[in-house]
Amino acid sequence: MSNNWEMVIGLEVHAQLKTSSKLFSSSPNQFGSEPNENVNFIDSGMPGMLPVMNFGCIEMAIKTGYALNFKINKYSVFERKNYFYPDLPQGYQISQFEFPILSEGYINIDSGDNQKKIRIERAHLEQDAGKSIHDIDPKYSFIDLNRVGTPLLEIVSYPDLSSADEVINYMSSLRQLLMYIDVCDGNMQEGSLRADVNLSVRKKGQELGTRCEIKNLNSFKFIKQAIEYEFQRQINIIDGGGEIEQNTMLFDTSTGETRAMRSKEFSHDYRYFPDPDLLPVNLSQEQIDKIKPLVGELPQDKLNKYLDNYSLDKDIAKIIIAEKQNANLFEKMISESTVKPKFIAAWLVGDIFAFIKENNLEVNSLNDKTKDITDLLKLISDDVISNKAGKEILPKVLNGEGKPSELVKELGLEQVSDSGELEKIIDEALVGEEENILKFQGGSDRVLGYFVGKCLKATKGKGNPKLINKILLEKLKK
Amino acid sequence: MKNSISQIKKALIEKKISVGELYDEYLAKAKSGNNNSFNLVIDRENNISSINDSQNRYDNGNPLPLDGIPLGIKDLFCTKGIRTTASSKILSNYIPNYESFVTQQLLNDGSIFIGKNNCDEFAMGSSNETSYFGPVINPWKNKNSQKDNLVPGGSSGGSAAAVAEGSCVASMGTDTGGSIRQPASLCGIVGLKPTFGSCSRWGIVAFASSLDQAGPLTNCVEDAAYVLNSINKHDFNDSTSSNHQREDYLVDINNSFEKKIKIGIPSDYLEDVSDDILNQIDNTKKALSKHGIEFVDVKFKTTEYALSTYYILAPAEASSNLARYDGIRYGVREDGESLDDIYLNSRTKGFGDEVTRRILIGAYVLSAGYYDAYYRQAQKVRRLIKNDFQRILNEVDFILTPTTPNEAFKIGDKLDPISMYKNDIYTVPTSLAGLPGISIPSGLSKNGLPLGVQFIGNYFEEKLLLQLAALAEKELSFNE
Repeated sequence: MSNNWEMVIGLEVHAQLKTSSKLFSSSPNQFGSEPNENVNFIDSGMPGMLPVMNFGCIEMAIKTGYALNFKINKYSVFERKNYFYPDLPQGYQISQFEFPILSEGYINIDSGDNQKKIRIERAHLEQDAGKSIHDIDPKYSFIDLNRVGTPLLEIVSYPDLSSADEVINYMSSLRQLLMYIDVCDGNMQEGSLRADVNLSVRKKGQELGTRCEIKNLNSFKFIKQAIEYEFQRQINIIDGGGEIEQNTMLFDTSTGETRAMRSKEFSHDYRYFPDPDLLPVNLSQEQIDKIKPLVGELPQDKLNKYLDNYSLDKDIAKIIIAEKQNANLFEKMISESTVKPKFIAAWLVGDIFAFIKENNLEVNSLNDKTKDITDLLKLISDDVISNKAGKEILPKVLNGEGKPSELVKELGLEQVSDSGELEKIIDEALVGEEENILKFQGGSDRVLGYFVGKCLKATKGKGNPKLINKILLEKLKK
Repeated sequence: MKNSISQIKKALIEKKISVGELYDEYLAKAKSGNNNSFNLVIDRENNISSINDSQNRYDNGNPLPLDGIPLGIKDLFCTKGIRTTASSKILSNYIPNYESFVTQQLLNDGSIFIGKNNCDEFAMGSSNETSYFGPVINPWKNKNSQKDNLVPGGSSGGSAAAVAEGSCVASMGTDTGGSIRQPASLCGIVGLKPTFGSCSRWGIVAFASSLDQAGPLTNCVEDAAYVLNSINKHDFNDSTSSNHQREDYLVDINNSFEKKIKIGIPSDYLEDVSDDILNQIDNTKKALSKHGIEFVDVKFKTTEYALSTYYILAPAEASSNLARYDGIRYGVREDGESLDDIYLNSRTKGFGDEVTRRILIGAYVLSAGYYDAYYRQAQKVRRLIKNDFQRILNEVDFILTPTTPNEAFKIGDKLDPISMYKNDIYTVPTSLAGLPGISIPSGLSKNGLPLGVQFIGNYFEEKLLLQLAALAEKELSFNE
């Protein structure tokens, strides 16, 4: 039984920075190019080539420092991490070791109904390696150096996480923050954000156990699976009288199992030392201060604003702030319209997001349709058209098939709110209904629904239900 | 006496010789190749457009600063389309697709490359005996033992021998612990190592990045100023390149000093040295004293630690800098059953003994458990050495030392690495401090072999250093 066991987890998250060029060379930093297209003499480790730091990466690290409550270090040093591999052309990776640019940060995550503070030990800049492709040819391996030298920020947490759900919450909070401050595109499939999970188990209240590190997990699903499998694996070993070996593990996505890649005794000695081709990074307070305004509004700021100023429901507000592009779309609609934010929010997380999901769209793709959307919402909130008619028109508006007011006319969906006209319809509907009228007057509310339905049917759905209700009540009570 | 750059330019301007004739003259000497000073010589047809362009500029009366001057280039500088080997087997087939910053400046100023000078493998050596292409022979002979082939010094041994034998007007070398100054001294020519950060390292095959510096080997001090004017520029692509304002090193080079100059002679450098060496210091002192230059005794506190510090730091950096030579993307690859075998075979067969030795030392001093004792400690000592130089340069304007502890020795004579390393005992401390140093010929040994003295100046004060060296050169009259 794993009831009295608990897991202790620390995370190393690699976030690829959204710069236009690489960390130490001018090659483009982009995903999806032809193999070895984004490679220059520096990236390919040609003799005599020298790295030149891309200051944009430093600025992004500083922004991250503000967003994750880090101490931003004025002095940091790039070092060489030495090892041989064909996708590492220099024979070393340039990384920060003894003096990282960020230290001692934290973020708050949801844990059950509470918030939990997760401490972050450090974050440092480093180069990514290339890719080795072993499954194209039975005899040869292929090397793609496009990714060589792309900038990564490695964010190393303390072992403060104690469940797979907490890890997922931590990862998604990190992802959300990094995307908010525009330093990472958060695309886990393309490897822009990936995690190494350090996990150990212990009986509740006891000392830390030996940890294993599961490398390179690039989806929430795999992270969860890997943690659950590894947790059980370690418990089984200890329960069977064995001991945990400090291993580096791989997660096999096809079987859902973790297996050992190498043990500690075969771990590399990376022979770190300061890179003599680069000067230490010395930042002035002014340089650091200058970045602060670029951080912008963070998710927590927006949440508070939505609850306090717009009186949104908390769950709805959370859905909107989950991604910056949602919040941007929402705020754009508010700024362009007099419709109540709460009304806009309800439509956004309901029908509009459903449309986006169904059609596999980017939220951003609606940015140029916000005026039409809010015009439509205005028609609905002003009772010019019914809710039902609104739902019918929305996809057409989102598809750009026409202006809301034109579509309403075209489809004849304008609501009948003329009380004289409605009165006539209601009078006709009540003809021959003496029995039901008596029932209503005898106290059966259910009959009211029947009458409303009948009237709406008579208006072909265009009658204003509120008005019909009101007139009906007046007439029935007579 | 050989012609200086200014004399050659004058002859070209006055049409006493054409650029083509000049090139042919030097090329013929380079091709005769008796001293093995070139790994590669560039034929006339491959330089024909440069030669013609240069001649046109002379004909039009607007020659560039180094127009038509035939230069040798140490085979450590990457030259576009021209094989660049670092005198190593592992790069013996490597043709770069780019031109090093320094050689590009020389081309921009109109010079024409005769070829790539032999050197120690990856610039690791003090005798040019570690080259994959065989040792270079010093053009000088011991008058008491004429048959012996002597080393030219190293690592820029091919550069020094080529200038001394007259197969190029000047050569570009690199200096990490003395690799320009020591061979210049043993071949009786001038060698300048500028301040670290003066000349870009971009495109130079790296040995020890925090020490490597390009510099000229020339027949005279004025020629060194000509070349320095061309190559001493800020380069954005080298993060350690200084962006201070550069001066014209030719202006004022023959002027006397406006203020009284004080030169320190470190007495601790002169303990246990031969009379031959002591004579060089005495000659220089005498020659300069009549110009009112004052000599004072100074004493370093760190001299005895310099060599061991250097032989930790330089191999540490080299072990990492040479990791890229793995046979995967370029260079010579040896087959193997597995990836590890390919690495092992390519590197074992591709590197010579001295390079292998330094990679092993470097990997050792950086490895877990030894880093603090060796690498970190050596970095601390390096700072103390810098401070020591600063302390002395606060008291004096220049420092005068021998360049080498001995004259050129026989090829094959110093088989023990430690005694070879000791050859750089006077040049290594300056390199660790990053200061500029120039070696000029100061006299002959009892065996009739050239010896040199080294002047050390303050950071980026090459202009004053060249001025002093020019004065000493004139008074010592070595070339006459």
